[in-house]
Amino acid sequence: MTTTDYERNIVLSNVEYNVVGTRPVRPDGADKVTGRALYGADFDTSGLLHGKVLRSPHAHARIRSIDTSKAEALQGVLAVVTGKDMPHEADESDGTKYSRDNILASDKVLYKGHAVAAVAATNPHVAEEAIGLIEVDYEVLKPVLTAPEAMKDSAPILHEGLKTEELGEKTDKVSNIANHFQHVKGDIAKGFADADVVVEREYNTVTVHQGYIEPHGATALWNTDGRLHIWCSTQGAFTARDATAGILGVPVSQVRVTPMEIGGGFGGKIPVYVEPIAALLSKKSGHAVKVVMSRAEVFESTGPTSGSNIRIKVGAKNDGTITALQGYLAFEAGGYPGSPVNAGAICIFAAYDVDNVLIDGYDVVVNKPKSAPYRAPGAPNAAFACEQAIDELAGKLGMDPIDLRLKNAAVEGTRRPDGPAFPRIGCVEVLEAMKNHPHYSAPLGPNQGRGVAIGYWFNIGFQSSVNINVNSDGTISLIEGSTDIGGTRASISMQAAEVLGIPMEDVRPSVVDTDSIGFTAVTGGSRTTFATGWAAYEAAQDVARQMIERAATIWDVDKDGIELKNGVFQSKADPELKMTFKELSGQLLDTGGTVVGRASMNAGGLGAGGGSFAGNIVDVEVDPDTGKTLVTRMTAIQDAGKAIHPSYVEGQMQGGSVQGIGWALNEEYYMRDDGSMANTSLLDYRMPTSLDIPMIDTVIVEVASAEHPYGVRGVGEANIVPPTPAIANAVHSAIGIRMANLPINSVAIMEAKWKQQGN
Amino acid sequence: MHWIDYASPHSVREAVDLLNEAGGSARPMAGGTDVLVQLRANALPDVNLLVDMKNIPELNEMTMDPEVGLTLGAAVPCYKIYGNKAIEHAFPGLIDCASLIGGTQIQGRASLGGNLCNAAPSGDSIPVMIALGGVARISGPSGDREVPLEDFCTGVRRTVIQQGEILVSLHFPAPVANQGANYMRFIPRNEMDIAVAGVGCSVVLDNGNIKSARVALSSVAPTPLYVKEIGDAIAGKPANEETLKLAGQMAKDAAKPITDMRGTIEYRKHLCDVLTRRSLQIAIDRAKES
Repeated sequence: MTTTDYERNIVLSNVEYNVVGTRPVRPDGADKVTGRALYGADFDTSGLLHGKVLRSPHAHARIRSIDTSKAEALQGVLAVVTGKDMPHEADESDGTKYSRDNILASDKVLYKGHAVAAVAATNPHVAEEAIGLIEVDYEVLKPVLTAPEAMKDSAPILHEGLKTEELGEKTDKVSNIANHFQHVKGDIAKGFADADVVVEREYNTVTVHQGYIEPHGATALWNTDGRLHIWCSTQGAFTARDATAGILGVPVSQVRVTPMEIGGGFGGKIPVYVEPIAALLSKKSGHAVKVVMSRAEVFESTGPTSGSNIRIKVGAKNDGTITALQGYLAFEAGGYPGSPVNAGAICIFAAYDVDNVLIDGYDVVVNKPKSAPYRAPGAPNAAFACEQAIDELAGKLGMDPIDLRLKNAAVEGTRRPDGPAFPRIGCVEVLEAMKNHPHYSAPLGPNQGRGVAIGYWFNIGFQSSVNINVNSDGTISLIEGSTDIGGTRASISMQAAEVLGIPMEDVRPSVVDTDSIGFTAVTGGSRTTFATGWAAYEAAQDVARQMIERAATIWDVDKDGIELKNGVFQSKADPELKMTFKELSGQLLDTGGTVVGRASMNAGGLGAGGGSFAGNIVDVEVDPDTGKTLVTRMTAIQDAGKAIHPSYVEGQMQGGSVQGIGWALNEEYYMRDDGSMANTSLLDYRMPTSLDIPMIDTVIVEVASAEHPYGVRGVGEANIVPPTPAIANAVHSAIGIRMANLPINSVAIMEAKWKQQGN
Repeated sequence: MHWIDYASPHSVREAVDLLNEAGGSARPMAGGTDVLVQLRANALPDVNLLVDMKNIPELNEMTMDPEVGLTLGAAVPCYKIYGNKAIEHAFPGLIDCASLIGGTQIQGRASLGGNLCNAAPSGDSIPVMIALGGVARISGPSGDREVPLEDFCTGVRRTVIQQGEILVSLHFPAPVANQGANYMRFIPRNEMDIAVAGVGCSVVLDNGNIKSARVALSSVAPTPLYVKEIGDAIAGKPANEETLKLAGQMAKDAAKPITDMRGTIEYRKHLCDVLTRRSLQIAIDRAKES
């Protein structure tokens, strides 16, 4: 551990709390560290069958026919399903067809690994043998793998029925461009005319995967009463329920999803993949069926995040005032429309208060797995481009790169290019914390360089429900629907404990199935501590109200004369009349029954709480002979609004930083010309190991959000936005070359050096 | 994965008989860190018998004799090699590779004999074992034979081992005075990775001059590549930067790499130059200290 010679936690709010802001042990810790926690693949039940999926060996092909007869005849096989087992109604919308076809292809396969059939058998080995007996006749088509290639008029077309939406209007043009949109602010031409200095550059990022260690796994039992029960590893039990019901064409009430513990998701476990397949196999076989992916299936058949082609043009006056920002973003959606280009476009220039902005976004289908959310989806791609251009601009202006950002920083009231005006945000405070950090002025060694960058993620609010049952021993059972990826059982419980004045250890949180709690949106968008924590706050307020009424009944006084303070109910008028939370809890059953508090709320939409800004200071060392780049020091700074559990905030910041290091230096889908991925194992898909990263120092900045009762801002995502450009800027500082394409691996660095040397 | 039978013979004879009878459908297994992964990936569809080598005494031998040299049973796991003080002192080059193959858990099972028989172009232990003048001792249905390690691998995952034969042990001659060796690889990460290029070398010094040297490369040809010309060219030359430059250039010229997800032809050839210079320097420093 490095020593703490800086202020790790910059608290700008002045409210004192008892539980909020402390670092208790997490409620799910013992189960997880002793190996007792049950994850997606751990579920077992009587008569369980094992499913395996047959996947396309081609990146682009038309399915002429599928013959499953040999597989069906194999002993031990109880069900075989193909795309024909999916409901395809006559009036099926494109969107519904796409979501069903992505689970089991009907007419075309659009990426290598696309599911075409599945088998349920008495054991996984028989199932694997059986899928080898399924004969598929393909008409192999030419694949197209990147957005710039797929946008050409000569490109192979993935969907003959996909007509480009152009600036909000459906056109008749069939192409791989699903959508082109614009955000316009001010007059871009005037902005560049006013500029003294202009930087214009093109950047490319490649497909990368979230890299969660637990592969997707689900068990389904479609019972004879028509009810479907699914046990799976998911980021959202209700999202999985609704998606599965929609794909299978059944009402949501017929599906019950029990979320298992989740071994990482980072957005990738928001979509469903094996859940509907297990359900169809269960329906056909009459047994519960479990389907668990291999690592190669995770890479080839689940959604990574988009590769992208981004162009930036930025103009500024000699004094550093940015007069114009222009961005062009073309994102690979994968086989079906829906890349995170919209989110990338929201975030790309969000840190800057600039009058003249033009952003063009393109959502482009290519022959790769359909992209899925990955931690601040789209924003790291966007920042990789924008923050390098800003760094280059600072160089041209001869300005300190943080000073240039501070001069143009977004503040409360700044209108984002996509429309909304910011509420209270911490962009300036994060930049100031970066500038004041001792890391920023520390000396560098030979072959080392330093880079900085800032990034934004807008965060979401959405719906959450919490029930609280008061137990007779003074503890509470907290029932919630947010699957716990990052320690949210703790951060949610702490907010209820703070309201009731009880220790966090007296809260027993449970994440329950979709029949047992009100609708709760996905664990994603950095929303859970913000929104479900807020619901827990409201449910605890409901408990407090009811217990005050009970105390009023017991004491025979007016309820308005009683208050709950630091866990004690007391009469405002009579100091003798008081009971602790525990004492009153013990009297509930004899005075009318237990107290159940509840809250169900909508915590806002996109941009709830104002979102979060994060910054990085990164040092790298580049081996001059091999190009190998090591991150030697990294400091992550982020606005948390209010850190409910600072350890888990720091954990999120470090986790996002580590994924950013991998994305910057080594991770990529290495694609062969035929559209297959060459590196489908964790050996050759190089995520950083613990030996590849330095101790990542953290500074939590707390600029309270105006909306949340404790000022919380979600912290799960913004931290992955600045690392790729900060590392690219640091590499430039070390070797004097701009690395415009990811990954910045050793081969790329040496090739850039050789090119510069002219050989 | 299909059904696999497992046999655990207790003598070389028994193992040879089992393998000979089974023909091509049997595979010897030491630590299993390659063969089990290959079986799970359906890369060995014809194999239906694994013959475990770990209970055969000769394959677990680890004898260090100052006159005769080191005899290393083919199934001795890496952790026993780097845990042995005598080997650590006499053969630091072997320690280099035994301590970087896989990770700690893999090193508990993986053996240098297995790494050799797996015959991957990137096998981390093979270049330095070639550089150290290692010899493979093989037993088979028609008796015993010895093969110099530079001749052992014949292609990607192909070796001189014939049906019914097993690799019993590896033999390394005792180091002479002023000898040093090293293995160095380039990997994009710092651990748990596969070599983009690797260099194993051994040098003997004589009054600041190179008396003799052996250099072998990995990951830059279908087999580990013994580059005899380097030793021939730098023998008798001073152990200085100019000599190392010559060796590096020769390694670059000798390498026959391919472009794949781990590196390009140009980059790998460049690495052969850089790594040969760096690895030889370490071997020279070790020779001076020995």
